[in-house]
Amino acid sequence: MNPLWTLVPPLAVIPFIILFGEKQRNLREASIILAGIVLLALNDRIYSDVMSGQVASSGELKLLANFSLKLSVEPMGVMFGVLASFLWVVTTVYSIGYMRGHNEKNQTRFYCCFALAIACVMAAAYADNLLTLFVAYEAITLSTFPLVTHAGNADSRKAGRLYLLLLMCGSIGLFLPAIIWISSAAGTLTFTPGGVLSDAGLSKGAATILVCLLVLGVGKAAVMPMHRWLPAAMVAPTPVSALLHAVAVVKTGVFTILKVIVYIFGIDMVSSTNAAQWMLPLTAFTILASSIIAFTKDNLKARLAYSTISQLSYIVMAGLLATSMSVTGGAFHIVTHAFGKITLFFCAGAIMVAAHKKAISELDGLGRQMPITMSAFFIGAIGIIGLPPAAGMWSKLLIAGGSLDGGNALWVGVLMLSTLLNIAYLLPIPLRAFFKPPSSDISEISEAPMPSLWAIVLTAMVCILLFFFPQPVLNLLGLIQWR
Amino acid sequence: MIADQLPAWQIVIPMLAAPLCVLVRNSTAAWVVAMVANLLTLLNAWALFVQIRAEGVIRYALGGWAAPTGIEYYVDIANASVILLVSFISSVVMVFAFHSVRKTVLTGKHYLFYSAWMLCLTGLLGICITGDAFNVFVFLEISSLSTYMLIAFGQDKRAFTASFRYLIMGSIGASFILIGIGFLYAATGTLNMVDLAQRIPDAESKRAVLVAFSFLTIGLMIKSAVFPLHGWLANAYQQAPLVVTAFLAGTATKVSLYVLLRFFFSIFGPDYSFGAMLLNVVLLPAAVAGFLLMSLVAIYQTDLRRMLAYSSVAQIGYIIAAFCIASQAGLTAGIVHIFNHALIKSALFMSVGCIIYQVGHAHSRSFDNLFSTMPFTVSAFIISGLGLIGVPLTVGFVSKFSLIGASMEKGWWLIGAMVLVSSLFAIVYIGRVVEVMLFRKSRMETPHSVGSNEAPLMMLVPLYVLVAVSIWFGISGSTTLDVAGQAARALLGGYQ
Repeated sequence: MNPLWTLVPPLAVIPFIILFGEKQRNLREASIILAGIVLLALNDRIYSDVMSGQVASSGELKLLANFSLKLSVEPMGVMFGVLASFLWVVTTVYSIGYMRGHNEKNQTRFYCCFALAIACVMAAAYADNLLTLFVAYEAITLSTFPLVTHAGNADSRKAGRLYLLLLMCGSIGLFLPAIIWISSAAGTLTFTPGGVLSDAGLSKGAATILVCLLVLGVGKAAVMPMHRWLPAAMVAPTPVSALLHAVAVVKTGVFTILKVIVYIFGIDMVSSTNAAQWMLPLTAFTILASSIIAFTKDNLKARLAYSTISQLSYIVMAGLLATSMSVTGGAFHIVTHAFGKITLFFCAGAIMVAAHKKAISELDGLGRQMPITMSAFFIGAIGIIGLPPAAGMWSKLLIAGGSLDGGNALWVGVLMLSTLLNIAYLLPIPLRAFFKPPSSDISEISEAPMPSLWAIVLTAMVCILLFFFPQPVLNLLGLIQWR
Repeated sequence: MIADQLPAWQIVIPMLAAPLCVLVRNSTAAWVVAMVANLLTLLNAWALFVQIRAEGVIRYALGGWAAPTGIEYYVDIANASVILLVSFISSVVMVFAFHSVRKTVLTGKHYLFYSAWMLCLTGLLGICITGDAFNVFVFLEISSLSTYMLIAFGQDKRAFTASFRYLIMGSIGASFILIGIGFLYAATGTLNMVDLAQRIPDAESKRAVLVAFSFLTIGLMIKSAVFPLHGWLANAYQQAPLVVTAFLAGTATKVSLYVLLRFFFSIFGPDYSFGAMLLNVVLLPAAVAGFLLMSLVAIYQTDLRRMLAYSSVAQIGYIIAAFCIASQAGLTAGIVHIFNHALIKSALFMSVGCIIYQVGHAHSRSFDNLFSTMPFTVSAFIISGLGLIGVPLTVGFVSKFSLIGASMEKGWWLIGAMVLVSSLFAIVYIGRVVEVMLFRKSRMETPHSVGSNEAPLMMLVPLYVLVAVSIWFGISGSTTLDVAGQAARALLGGYQ
């Protein structure tokens, strides 16, 4: 099926959102969920097409002389598309409880920008060439900017400024030159199995610099020192943090890096020229440093934000290791981390709505009042850490295996060390909630609104389901053409 | 019959409209005359453009007097497209002007205003169309004098100072150009551009040609506001009535840039200008310093018009830098940015015009939450602002992509990098305005801030026409790039 169709539901729903507005909130949110389900069905259709060997692409729109906007279907993109559309539905369900429970203002603008961002994510997922991906990447930045500054107060405007500045500076200042360089060296920007740069006659140094431009320029992947926007953007409403800053936005970043490494550089070229030699240590540093910083944060969302930074660098590292196994692991980690982290964010939001607590030190004994939320938090946490029975284990295992495959055990060490740190900063939270006596009177607190709770339970269940049934994703990723 | 006379009509229509505006006196009637003349000019420009694309170069002897004696109009794809651009911008802004002029220009003087506008348009079109070097100067004076008058129509008394400053600078520029043309005539004995181009190679060693070249360089740099000779621009843009600014931003400097192209590439030839005369040694630092410094200066402006004016100087820097590359790709990038920037900047000034029309000032810091009262105007401002930054799918991206591509092709990596850096400045100066407009809550809930306060439809529609055109050419950038590429080839190839 033509992947262009996936842009239709999120865009078509925007007029309805505006039309229904604040006056008919139920209709407004029902229309979003309907659009989400249609989108999910479309993506599912594309998924089954790909599994049965059909590959479709859209027509092309000529933008510049040799470059055009075009969408086409490719295994990694299908995975990302299905993931984002599924989580859009779940997040919308969650938002209904959260936004109403929190009495947020400007909900119509919120849902509009949200839908727009999802449309852009679809364009990114199915991009046929680097230019299309870049366009979608920029569009995501711009359409999510109003979401970050949603509250409109000084804090959120400052965060919005940082968000826009870091992401745009990175993409225009580093990523765009890399694209122009690639296009002048290879003459094409189309994603091609095996990459387009292998015959371009780039020197080893040039390839290394290109990798640097890529990894640092794609600021959404939040590799240090381009990570500052991510914790700052946590001022956004929790559903935004959940879907956009744990899934759509940041995953677009790492997805971009994986796509470029596999289909522009080609994994053979990256490993044979050792082009990642400068960036691999940087990702390792990011993994460890942000885990340590997460450790020091008492604000729950801030801790999760730093945890996200560290997990994103796993995926970037997996890409840079450039073996088929590690890249598969990295791509799979996009999924497993998405479900784990969205569960954690949902829980953080639920705690904020129901108990009005933001700091970890205030959570003592909360497990008795909010057992479902805190159990889900526990599942999400073990998913992030990578313990069975949660799916995070498989992806971490694959990345580690890929690293050994490439003959470098050092990075396995980094992964394991970071796992220990994960345990240290994530597990105390549910343990505190369940086993510590409540510090103050919290008996009036009860669970979050029902829609939010359903969403939490659903994502937590998927974390576990993917542990037992990882095949649908892995089979899909098995279709990637490496050469 | 008419089809043969298109080049003459191009000038005659607006020129006749000017006295007609004075004759009718009535404000609305004068506007109607100017509007009709403008539309006819646009139609004519389109017909001319189509004709050029179909048949190639047109050489038109004015009044039937052949070239060495009479004045020849020389139209190829390069100036046909600039003519089309100028007439288009003028027509769109003219629609916009109806309400704006009523509110901002002294009542009772409207007919003079429209008359001056028509003269200015005549001058600008004449500069483009003519194939005679002295004629360039004549039309330049027509357009300049009427521009001084248009600027002086500003509401504020400071408009007079701004106009006077521009008059001084503009006259110096024009005199330099005249002196340059005079020396060329002395050295070669002709004023016809085609003949000049043929004879200059033989006269290259003469000192007169060298002097002419220098005078022309400085004169044209002043007229097209190349840094550091841009001093007149900011005040003029700020103090002029907003319609005039919107009109000039899209036309006046662009036409001067075209003249610069015509002289340096067609007449002197790129080998002489950039090879023997090392023009890029002079222009390139000016261009780079221009787009870097002026983008920085733009960040610190509190008046929206001034901010956009400095941004204009920066954009002219891009165009000059692209010219300095002096290759097919570079020239294409420069020409395409002339179009694109004209569209963006006119749209931006028109949206500022809407804001001033409703709010009464242009202090960017006090537009708290303007989006809620003027959503359409602010949206147009944001879209055009994104174009200025060079976000993909806007015209700005097409320009920047081709400019950076061209500089990399030439091996000028640093120039490409600096273009990117100054784009980042553009994010800052556009971003901070947008942030206030969108997100800052008004400190005081004035009755103004509730309900819609949109500009009249007759201002919004032309604004959105420009926005739509800029989006269209942003998405199908190859259309404009093709035309610009042909124009670049025509300019680099010299006269046939």
